[in-house]
Amino acid sequence: MILVAIDHADGAPRRSSLELVAAARALAAPGEALAGVVVGGREATAVAEAIAGHLPRVLLAQGDELERPSHERRTSALAAAARDTGAEVVLLAANRGGQAVGPRLAMRLAGALLEDLTAVRREEGALVGERLAYLARAGLTVRAEARPAVVSMKPGAFEVAEPAATVGEIVRVEVAPERGDDVAGLGAHHAAQRGRVALEEAEAVVCGGRGLGDAESFERHVVGLAADLGGGVASTRAVVDAGWRAFEEQVGQTGKSVSPKLYVALGVSGAVQHLSGMNRSGTVVAVNKDGDAPIFRVADYAVVGDVHEVVPALRAALAALRQR
Amino acid sequence: MIIATYVKHVPDAEARLAVEGGRIDVDEAAYALDGMDEYGVEAAVRLKETGVATEVVAVALGPARAEAALRTALAIGADRAVLLETDAELDPLAQAGPLADAVRESGAALLLVGGKQADWDSAALGPAIAEALGWPLCDWTTELALDGDVVVAVHDVDDGSEAWRARLPVVVTTQQGLNEPRYPTLPNIMKAKRKPLDRRDLAGVQARSATLAASLPSRARRGVRLEGDAASVAEELVRRLRDEAKALPEASR
Repeated sequence: MILVAIDHADGAPRRSSLELVAAARALAAPGEALAGVVVGGREATAVAEAIAGHLPRVLLAQGDELERPSHERRTSALAAAARDTGAEVVLLAANRGGQAVGPRLAMRLAGALLEDLTAVRREEGALVGERLAYLARAGLTVRAEARPAVVSMKPGAFEVAEPAATVGEIVRVEVAPERGDDVAGLGAHHAAQRGRVALEEAEAVVCGGRGLGDAESFERHVVGLAADLGGGVASTRAVVDAGWRAFEEQVGQTGKSVSPKLYVALGVSGAVQHLSGMNRSGTVVAVNKDGDAPIFRVADYAVVGDVHEVVPALRAALAALRQR
Repeated sequence: MIIATYVKHVPDAEARLAVEGGRIDVDEAAYALDGMDEYGVEAAVRLKETGVATEVVAVALGPARAEAALRTALAIGADRAVLLETDAELDPLAQAGPLADAVRESGAALLLVGGKQADWDSAALGPAIAEALGWPLCDWTTELALDGDVVVAVHDVDDGSEAWRARLPVVVTTQQGLNEPRYPTLPNIMKAKRKPLDRRDLAGVQARSATLAASLPSRARRGVRLEGDAASVAEELVRRLRDEAKALPEASR
C-alpha cells in the first residue's frame, strides 16, 4: 500500500503532486494498492476530485481548521490516513511543507525517512533511494531501515503522471487533533504574501546575479525574460544581500533548490553554494561578461557577453519565434 | 528562559570531497560549525544580551571532533555546551530522540536548529526533534522575537513568507537572513576554552536509515560557447534551445 500526500494550491493539485503519482506507479508492486490523501479546507473537495482522475482511491481530510494547516495538523491528518490504510510507503513532495512534515510523520509512525530523493526503488522489499549531499556535490544511496518509509521526492524527479483510465473513489476521513497540535493554535498561520510562479515547480527559471549591476536592470532583464518564458524569477545570495530582491527568490544552499527544464543564469558568477541549488537543472544557459566565470563549467550554452545587450536580443529572438 | 541551540560540525563549502570505501571522505581540517546553525547561535546570544534569555546551551551530537563546533558556539557567546558523543553514523530521525532528551534536560523552552545541514543536505533534524519533544515548529525563519512567552516570527513557506506566532516551548529552524553572525573575538575564543562542556557517550541508538554507497556525480553538459554580436548569438541560442536541447517551455512558444 502506497499513500501519496497530495499538496495543493489555488484549489488544484500542485505539479509536484502529479509527479508523486508517477513515482507511486513506478514503485508499486503488481496488484499493490495506491491511494492519495488530500488535507485542506473548503477547496480540498475540488483537489480530491481532480486527483481522483489519477488515483483509484482518494482520502479526503477536510475541515475549516485544516485550511492552510500548520505542520502539526497536517502531520496528524497524514498519520491518520497512513494508519487507516496500513501504508508501507508514504510519498511527499520535498518542498518546504513536505520537508517539515515528512520527518514529523516518520517519527510519529515510528518509521524511516528517506529525504529529498532524486530516484526511488524497492530492493528486496526495502525502500532504496538516491539523494544529493554535501551541497549537492555528492550522491548517496540510502535505504530505509524501519517501516513505514516516509519518502520525500525532489520536485522534478519524475515527469507529471497521465490521468488513469478510470476515476477513483473519494473517501472522507475524520482527523482528530493529536498531541501538540493546538500548541501552534494562536492564530499561528497567517496568509502568506503570495509569490508569482512557485520556483520549485517552474518549467523555466531565470536567475539574476550581481553582474546585472543594479535592481532596475534585474527587474528589466531577469523578470522580463522570465515573463517571456512563463518561468520563475530567481536570485543569487549576493543579489539578496544587496537588497535588490526578496529572499524567497534565492537559489542556492541557503535558498531554494530547483531543477527546471531550462535554467538561465544572467550575470551569475557561479559560487559553489549557488551551484548546489541549480546544478540538477535540465538545460543551463549562462550569460556572463567574464569568460572564466565558474557558472560556465555547468552550462550547456555559455554566452560570453554583456547581459544588457544579450537579453534584449534574446527576448527579440523569442518574440520573433512566437510570431512565426 | 533558557535557549538551546543545536550545532553541527560539517565540511565547509569549498572542502575537497573524495569517495573512500563507499563513503564520502573529507579532510578533518576542512570542518567547521555549520553556517546554518550559526544563525541560531547568534539569535540565541542576542536574546540573552537583550535580557530575554538567561542562559544559552549549545548542543551537538557526533564524534569527538564536534567539540570544535561547540567551542565556536561558546566563543560567539553560548554559556555551556553538551556533546552527545558517538562515532556511529546516525540519520536525523535516530538523532532526534537523544537530542530531545538533552534539550529537555537543559530546561530550555526554545530550541534553535539550522534549517539545512551542509553535509547531508538534510532539513529533517529540526522537525524531527520538534516531534520528539511534542513542540510546534517554525521552519525557515527569517525574523524572530519574543513577546512574553509568545514567539513572534516570520518564516518562508512554499509560495512566499508567513507571519507565525506560538506560545513557548517552540523549535525554530534558522537560515540566512535571520541575522549577521558575529566573528568571535580572540579574547572570547580564549574564554570559550574554559566554559563548561559536558561530554556524554551515546550508545545503543538504532539508525532508521542507512547509507549504502556514495558517489561524486558530474552531469555531462554540452558546453557550447556562443560568442559574437548579440543578435546572432541570441538567434542561435533560441534555435539550439528549441531544436537541439528541446528546452523551450510551452508558454514561450
